[in-house]
Formats: sequence, C-alpha cells, structure tokens
Amino acid sequence: MVSEQPKQSSQYAKGKAMEYDLEFEQPLRDLAKEIHIMQQECGKLENPTRMQEAKEELHTLQQEIYANLTTWQTVQVARHKERPRATDYIHRIFENFLELHGDRSFGDDPALIGGMATFNNETVIILGHQKGYGAKDQQYRNFGMPHPEGYRKAYRLMQMAGKFHFPLICLIDTPGAFPGLGDEERGQAEAIASNLALMARLPVPIIAVVIGEGGSGGALGISVADRLLMLAHSVYTVAAPEAAASILWRDNAFAPQAAEAMRISASEVFATGIVDDLVPEPVGGAHRNPVLAASHLQIALEEHLSSLKKYPPEQLVEKRYQKFRNIGCFENSR
Amino acid sequence: MESVIEDFKKTVISEGARQLRTSPKNIVVKCPECKEIILGREYRKSLKVCSHCQYHFRLTARERIELLVDPLSFVEIDKDLVSVDPLGFVSQNQVYAEKLAQEQKKTGMKSAVVTGHATIEGIPLALGIMDFQFIGGSMGSVVGEKLTRVIELALHKHIPLLIASASGGARMQEGLYSLMQMAKTSAALAKLSEAGLPYFSLLTNPTAGGVTASFSMLGDVILAEPGGLICFAGPRVIEQFMHERLPEGTASAEFLLEHGMIDLIVQRHALRGKLAQLLLFHQAQSQSMVETTILHTQNTQKKRSQSPSSSAA
Repeated sequence: MVSEQPKQSSQYAKGKAMEYDLEFEQPLRDLAKEIHIMQQECGKLENPTRMQEAKEELHTLQQEIYANLTTWQTVQVARHKERPRATDYIHRIFENFLELHGDRSFGDDPALIGGMATFNNETVIILGHQKGYGAKDQQYRNFGMPHPEGYRKAYRLMQMAGKFHFPLICLIDTPGAFPGLGDEERGQAEAIASNLALMARLPVPIIAVVIGEGGSGGALGISVADRLLMLAHSVYTVAAPEAAASILWRDNAFAPQAAEAMRISASEVFATGIVDDLVPEPVGGAHRNPVLAASHLQIALEEHLSSLKKYPPEQLVEKRYQKFRNIGCFENSR
Repeated sequence: MESVIEDFKKTVISEGARQLRTSPKNIVVKCPECKEIILGREYRKSLKVCSHCQYHFRLTARERIELLVDPLSFVEIDKDLVSVDPLGFVSQNQVYAEKLAQEQKKTGMKSAVVTGHATIEGIPLALGIMDFQFIGGSMGSVVGEKLTRVIELALHKHIPLLIASASGGARMQEGLYSLMQMAKTSAALAKLSEAGLPYFSLLTNPTAGGVTASFSMLGDVILAEPGGLICFAGPRVIEQFMHERLPEGTASAEFLLEHGMIDLIVQRHALRGKLAQLLLFHQAQSQSMVETTILHTQNTQKKRSQSPSSSAA
C-alpha cells in the first residue's frame, strides 16, 4: 500500500510547480512558457480550444522525449536534484520502517541507511543509499557516497537478515563509494569486498533496485542480489562517466561520450541480460510523480519477492551463484 | 576505478622505455625511484629489485610464477580465453577490439591473468597471477572468468589458492560486465571459504579499484610486496576530492599494514619461503585432522567390540 507523504520529500511532492530544468527539455520549457502566457492573457478563456491543444501537445511531446532519451539524458534524469530518494520509496512502499544505526566499529554513515520494515505483513531488512534533500541535507548525506562504516553497517544488517530469515531489499542510488583519505585508512575496499562475499551466500531472498545512480563498486557493495531491477530512467555503470572520460578521453568534458560508450542507461543494461527487470517510471521521470513511481516499484517488488519465496534457501543461494557465475562475454581463441 | 592507471602511466612509460633502451641484452637499468643505474646481471640476480633502494620493479606473470613455484610444476589452464568487445566500445581514438589485438601482439599474452596449478615445496596449490602489462591488468570478463575457474579448480581439487593482484581496477571498455566480475569472483571465493580451503592474496604494485574491492581484500592471509600502491581510489582521485595534497606514501603497502588492512609485507626474495610456510601450516593441520579422525574411528570401533551391550545386540 502506498502510504502518505514521507517526512522529508521532494519539492514537487510538496506541490511546487513542475519545472523543465534539464537542457534537453528546452522544447518543453518553451511550450510550457507559451501555455503560461496564454493562461495569463486569456484568463477569461477567450480561446479554450487552443489552450487545450497546447496542453495536449506538451503532454505528447514530453512522452516522446522521455521515450527516446539518450544515455546522457538518462544520466541527467537519474541525477535530477528532485529525484525521489531512497526514503521516498521506503516510506511509501513499506510500513513501520525502523532505521537502525552504526557499524559497531567506528561510526554511523548517513549516506547508507538501513533498518527493518513491514512489507505485505512480512518483516524485511531494507538498505539504501540516501542522497538527501536540499543542499544542507545532501552535504550531511555526503551526496550518497558511503564511507566504509556504511558498508559495514550494511554487512551487519545483512547478517541479521540471514540470521532471522528476513528478505533483503536494497535501493541503489550513489555516484560511488567516497574516495577520501580516511576511507582508504579505514578500508573502503575491504568493506565492499566483504559485502560481495556475504551477499553471495546469504540464505534469504535479495532484491536490489537501482532507483537513480548505480555508481561502480559503491553500488555493487549492496547489490549482489537474486533479482536486480532498474527504474526506467536510472543508470548503472562500472565507472562514473566523468571518471571514464578523464581516463579514456583525457578530459572529463567527454562524460556524455563515455556514458554512451559504456551503455549505462537502464534499457541498455537490460539488453545485456545483467538486469532482470525494468520498473516503469511516470512520464517525465519519477520526480514528476513520486507516488506513482513508488506504486510501480511496489508492484515489481511484490511480484519478484513472491516468486523468490518459492525456493528453499540452498536452492536460492545456488541459483544466485549461477546467475553471477554466468555473467561475462569471452571466447576460446583456439 | 581505473583512474589509478593514469597515475601509473608515467612510471609505466618511463620504466618501459628505459628497459627498451637497454634491451635486448638489458645491459643497464635505471631505477625509477632512486635513479641509480643497475647492471642488468645484478638486476636479474636481485629478482628485479633495486639493490640501492629496494624498489620492486614490476614482474610479468610468467616471471612471478617462475619465482614462486617449484620448477616445471606449473600447469596452465584456460590459456586461450580471450576478450570479446561486447559493447562495441569506441573512445576518442581507440577501438577496443583493435586495442585488444594490439595488446595481445605487444605483450604476447592473451589476457591480463595467467591461471593454473603448481606446487610450492611439493605442496599443490591453485594460482591466478595477474599481469599489469596487459591493459593495466584491468579486469574484464576474461580475467573474472579465469579467476573464477581457478577458484573452482581449487575447490574441486581441494587445494589452497593463491592470487597475485596487479591491476588498475575494472576494465571500463566492457562496461557492467566488468563490474559484475567483482561479484562473480567474490561469490566463488565465498564458496571456497565455506569449504574450509585457504586463500592467500598477494598484492603487488599496483592493486586498485574494483580488484582491491573484491577478491584482493578477501584473502585469509593478505601479503604485499614493499612499496606497492594499493588502494581503492588512486591518490590523484583522492586529491581531487579532498582538495589537498596527500602525504608521501599514502595508499602504499606500508600504509595498509599500518592501518591493519593487510597481514604482512614481504620482500620479493622471501615470498616463496613465506608462502611455503603458510602452506605447511595448513598441510600440517589437515594431516593432523586426518590422523585424529582415524584415531577416533579406531577408538569407537574398539569400544564397540569391547562393550557387552554391542555384542549382546
């Protein structure tokens, strides 16, 4: 069930007028402006038909643009500042979310949150990268880039899921694990690696969903799952487009080209077979209708969880092993 | 992830160029660290370690295998697996498919890792040895597949595993396929761990990105050669993010040891001995366990034959 507003939410959800603020939305912006002027000038409804036509045109144009996004345009939507965050989905899809804190070793990481919740009368463990709302919160959340403590808190909660037979649901939305000096000192690589090994053998159903940005090892660190889903306008990449561009093009201004070359948009990743399912988004992106976006995701989660629950734990783990075992493209040269 | 390669390009090129200038006979080599000139004979005798500053030059996979295992004991597997270009990847002035062909020709290797099994002091083990020469040792489908197969070989033969890493990270040209190799190799290692088989991870210069954040850091025992760069993000990336200069030695093997991330730093000439010692610990324990089991079974049998209740039954 889609429950009401989360405590913090995107501005659109708060009823703020919808803006077309991305570069490729220029035609939409123009048309919306035209409609706005018409509304002001023809307040007395001198020409209601023209108005209706323009609105329909806007809707069709938006549908058309969003059905044919390029890879780089998808990156922009996936990174949209108003895109629903993990907590938007958690509060709308799950009941009784109880956030749990700390890695029991060093600290608590607000960039990677986790806790227990109820999903269709069943207890689940939820993990998610949290990017934050607005400048201050985003800074607090480190823009969704976890430190080792985040991955170790995740490790602890994964173990808890395994111990008490709670299914695990992970929401992926990170530019990557944070590349800081302290992160090297406290073992960012080890923290991620340990999660990969643990998730591979966890005897409970695991579903991972890329809700925005799936950035590199920082995303993979909580997404070794039985089912990997991606929202229609999300991305999942081996390296941030900017990083790839600065290495392979020697200039991070080539990020759009790098994104295209690495084929990182949800539909392109889906074509490789690495992703199991695409979750539809409202026209114009999840941020234009977070409630609808959450309800699409809820349906997908219900479907996949119920199909995974058919398998006994040993079979589930073996199927997961085979799933990852079979990823790769190579040939025998002899 | 692969950004570390960038940090290394300079040294790679200069090191490579210097070796080229002195080849084919390798009469003299200049150390990139202390700039001293080393005689080729001395250089080979010291296992490519600078006799002045102990700088460890990079070894090829073949050289490392020769260094570590009993002579003629190495049996290679999957040597013909080669990368394909699943994404049709084209960057600025490089077509990945062509790059692969060039690298294969240049290095005489088919991929960035050599796998197989061998013995050290007569004790069998499975090995995966990476080679930085081949596209910066980056991990794509082939590296992931070959390592997974050698982990599975260790499982089937019930023998210990050694992986020596030398890599800039995941190979960007194969996109998400590369990232997923991290999960694939880690999953195989988790299975190996469940089977109670030891995995020794050796980190060599450099080990970075997705390779560090997967199989490299999962060793039961993690060893490193001195001075090597070992990190998740490279120093250049960290400096960009932190907006400050990093102190000398950040993300080196010594830095990792200091922060509790690895077990031991081992000089190259001592590596084989240390590995043999580790293998012997495990061999001794499994032998003693076999003996205990035999003793236990014998005792139970004895008890059974002596006990009146069992004879009555």
